[in-house]
Amino acid sequence: MLRGSPGASPASSGPEPLPPETHPAPQAPSRALPGEGVTGEGLPRDLGGPRGDHSPGKVTAYGSLPRKEDARFIRGRGTFLDDIALPGMLHGAVLRSPLAHARILAVDASAARAHPKVVTVLTGEDLDRRGMAWLPTLFGDVQAVLATDKVRFQGQEIAFVVATDRYAARDALELITVDYEPLPPLIDARTALGPGAPLVREDLPGGNRVFDWNAGDKAATDAVFAAADVVVGCDMVYPRSHPAPLETCGAIAEYDQVGGRLTIWSTTQAPHAHRTLYTALTGLPEHKIRIVSPDLGGGFGAKVPIYPGYLCAIAAAMETGRPVKWVEDRSENLMSTAFARDYHMHGEIAATADGEILGLRARVLADHGAFNAAAQPSKYPAGFFHIFTGSYQTKAAYCEVTGVFTNKAPGGVAYSCSFRITEAVYLVERLTDMLARKLGLDPAALRMRNLLRPEQFPYTCPTGWQYDSGDYPRALRLALDMAGYDELRREQADRRARGEYMGIGLSFFTEAVGAGPRSHMDIMGLGMADGADLRVHPTGKAVLAISVQSQGQGHETTFAQLVAEELGLSADDVDVVHGDTDRTPFGLGTYGSRSTPVSGAAAVVAARKVRERARLVAAVMLEADAADLEWLDGKWRVKGDPDQALGIAEIARAAHSTLELPPGIEGHLDASAVYNPPNLTFPFGAYICVTDVDPGTGEVKVRRFIAVDDCGVRINPMIVEGQVHRGLADGIGIALMQAISFDEDGNCLSGSFMDYLLPTALECPSPELGMTVTPSPHHPVGAKGIGESATVGAPPAVVNSVVDALAPFGVTHADMPLTPANVWLAIQGRPRA
Amino acid sequence: MKITVTVNAADYTRDVEPRLLLIHFLRDDLGLTGSHWGCDTSNCGACVVWLNETPVKSCTVLAVMADGQRVNTVEGLATPARLDPVQEAFAACHGLQCGFCTPGMMMTARWLLDNNPDPTEAEVREAISGQVCRCTGYENIVKSVLWAARRESGGAGAVPGLRPGEGLTGEGLPRA
Repeated sequence: MLRGSPGASPASSGPEPLPPETHPAPQAPSRALPGEGVTGEGLPRDLGGPRGDHSPGKVTAYGSLPRKEDARFIRGRGTFLDDIALPGMLHGAVLRSPLAHARILAVDASAARAHPKVVTVLTGEDLDRRGMAWLPTLFGDVQAVLATDKVRFQGQEIAFVVATDRYAARDALELITVDYEPLPPLIDARTALGPGAPLVREDLPGGNRVFDWNAGDKAATDAVFAAADVVVGCDMVYPRSHPAPLETCGAIAEYDQVGGRLTIWSTTQAPHAHRTLYTALTGLPEHKIRIVSPDLGGGFGAKVPIYPGYLCAIAAAMETGRPVKWVEDRSENLMSTAFARDYHMHGEIAATADGEILGLRARVLADHGAFNAAAQPSKYPAGFFHIFTGSYQTKAAYCEVTGVFTNKAPGGVAYSCSFRITEAVYLVERLTDMLARKLGLDPAALRMRNLLRPEQFPYTCPTGWQYDSGDYPRALRLALDMAGYDELRREQADRRARGEYMGIGLSFFTEAVGAGPRSHMDIMGLGMADGADLRVHPTGKAVLAISVQSQGQGHETTFAQLVAEELGLSADDVDVVHGDTDRTPFGLGTYGSRSTPVSGAAAVVAARKVRERARLVAAVMLEADAADLEWLDGKWRVKGDPDQALGIAEIARAAHSTLELPPGIEGHLDASAVYNPPNLTFPFGAYICVTDVDPGTGEVKVRRFIAVDDCGVRINPMIVEGQVHRGLADGIGIALMQAISFDEDGNCLSGSFMDYLLPTALECPSPELGMTVTPSPHHPVGAKGIGESATVGAPPAVVNSVVDALAPFGVTHADMPLTPANVWLAIQGRPRA
Repeated sequence: MKITVTVNAADYTRDVEPRLLLIHFLRDDLGLTGSHWGCDTSNCGACVVWLNETPVKSCTVLAVMADGQRVNTVEGLATPARLDPVQEAFAACHGLQCGFCTPGMMMTARWLLDNNPDPTEAEVREAISGQVCRCTGYENIVKSVLWAARRESGGAGAVPGLRPGEGLTGEGLPRA
């Protein structure tokens, strides 16, 4: 029997009704949604739904199907960018600045141009003549493609060599001489607005200030704090991090000088948005530009921006008339492409003496690097940070964020962060733990007391987000149960008595993913809606073209399942096309966990349109009134005579045949949809991390990780669990080892995998996963995003666990990364500044 | 320099620069793009191939060092008719997501099982600890290798309850 979830076992919870439809979907399947209920590893496990049963008459496309894309990957037959070789292709390499801040006095590329294998060299001056020296960032700023005036971070692009092979291009970089006038670098964001700070951007009027932004009600929050029994506050840093996908960034540009057509193969998570931006950058009309995003070796947000190397490849291809490939190396990837986090936060939490949370306040200094290139909805300069009240009831909340320029690489949100919700959740979950410590309360009990209750949904938080659905106490109870929480606390007490340092850390997070309603969410003015085109061939086989691009999430499988479910087909009958702007409808791409919430919804809506078209044809075939047909078990059936039934394949053949159709019925079954989500989806979860800390070395060992996630209806539970596995490893890495750091001169100290540490199989525990299912009420199939949940939820659980382990030393906080050195310093009472 | 390398049992003779890395020789000169380049510093293992039946990181081996030697890559794992059990396992256990680390992981896994047909979970983790995966958290890679070991030790029947389309996360397997 399922423990910890009274009345909520898969058997007894029973099927919940389908969520209300936000799009026309007549005759929606009346059966239970797959996977509803609660389950955890070690507990009775019943996914409550079909698992790939394709027997005739069943509508059972959801479930843990093996992935269609694996067939090529396991044979080494994927097509990643660097696998592509075009006839006559040239190779580019970028010369980068060794200095963080310096005026460029002269660039002499004559020796490089004389290299026998070099075809051309581009400098900032060359690009300036073409109007391509600066590119607009995704957040309304500009970024240098090749520096013309000065360099603003170590690793910034200065020149681009194009040669007949990749080794020669690298050789020729050595032949370029650059005269620099070194300038004092601005490295510590905390000094950016002080007197005498070096000025990073002379081209902008605001000094080093990027923006000031706030959310919430300051007066009401101050009043709540003034009246509170207890206020706990803390300075905390969410360090600069880098997602480091295993495949680095790159592009191949090919320009057809006769037809005026530019094709760009590139590592992009957002091919359509890139195409639109390239029109401004190249002056070419949009229909003459094609973006192909091949198989991507991970992205995690780092492949959302347009990088200078892409532009260099384009400029070189247009100049030479030959295809030009540019692929960055690992150091270039870590030093110059989009970082994430880098938030200096001061947070405060107010509560009553018995532990009722009353309010939250936060003041944040955001280090945006040398250019404001955060890839996030344009109306939110601090992303979605203002969801920082998290999963708790509060009377009032207020946050203010100031962004500053520094002499570091640009970026900001590029790492599975749901547009800064990582930082927000980290803040509130650390503060909640500190409050529990201050009040002498158990952190689980304090959370349980303050969690939003199921009956409060839809819930509008103090900063205006409307949470769509949730049952938070159920998820926390399940996690505590799976962990054996009380027993763990007893074990901890025993160990402490023996001088052993074991920590138990909790986090509870609420995410807001699936951006977003285009009335208030856009990137560079492009509304965040996504399209889907669905063609059903005469034999009933279907091809779905989508606007989002997989970087490993398994879209070719999940999206096929979405369509198959709606049409009574097998997932094998549906192929998914993605990553080619000539073959797919417009949309904003894959990031912010938006594929299933937005593009997945578009696919479902298109499939339901197909089903409606099929209904009209079926009515002719069955000589019945369309209104007298019902969709049941994957077929249109005559009400009251269910044996009179037609499946999509039979109807498709007829729709393409000589069958005479009444006026107004076109024939064929193809349909398109554009999905503009009415709201974000709000996945949530309860995480528990158990650590053991060696007080002599400061080494942290993650012993167990319990993760209960609720992402609504799970289309392919296997893929969902894989996403959680990934995020947990990421969260552990970020908490314990991953940080991009700099010395005082602005030298990047994390420019290789020797220095930027990633977790291996030895650091990652075997996670214990559980789930609850609370469907989204506005998504067509009740699904929510899952791609970033664990990256958001895991770091605070790890840090809370380590700080809990170190409680006997009086440690109340220690900043990430909790490397052995930093843990040891915290034990010594000298936390890293 | 003229070198002859036996790759997946076929001989290739090419004229190469002495500095050419083995990974670039395989990918650019021979068109065997299944092995990937990921870091330059021997940390990530996306480039793992076998040199004389031993896994090496081909980003830090010169092509000329492979002259007269045997190299095996992911392209040689399967026959046209049959996947290697390791390949089957990675697909059955969702041991890959983006697929970029996968060829290197599978080459190491194949070597491990050739030398230790019944590894413990700890031995699997140790074997792949010199390689990085950014997608799976290693959980399902470990399960894949254990699944393949079971498959090889006694055929499909040794993996109770696992059929195509079921038990794909390897839930049926005991934790070692």
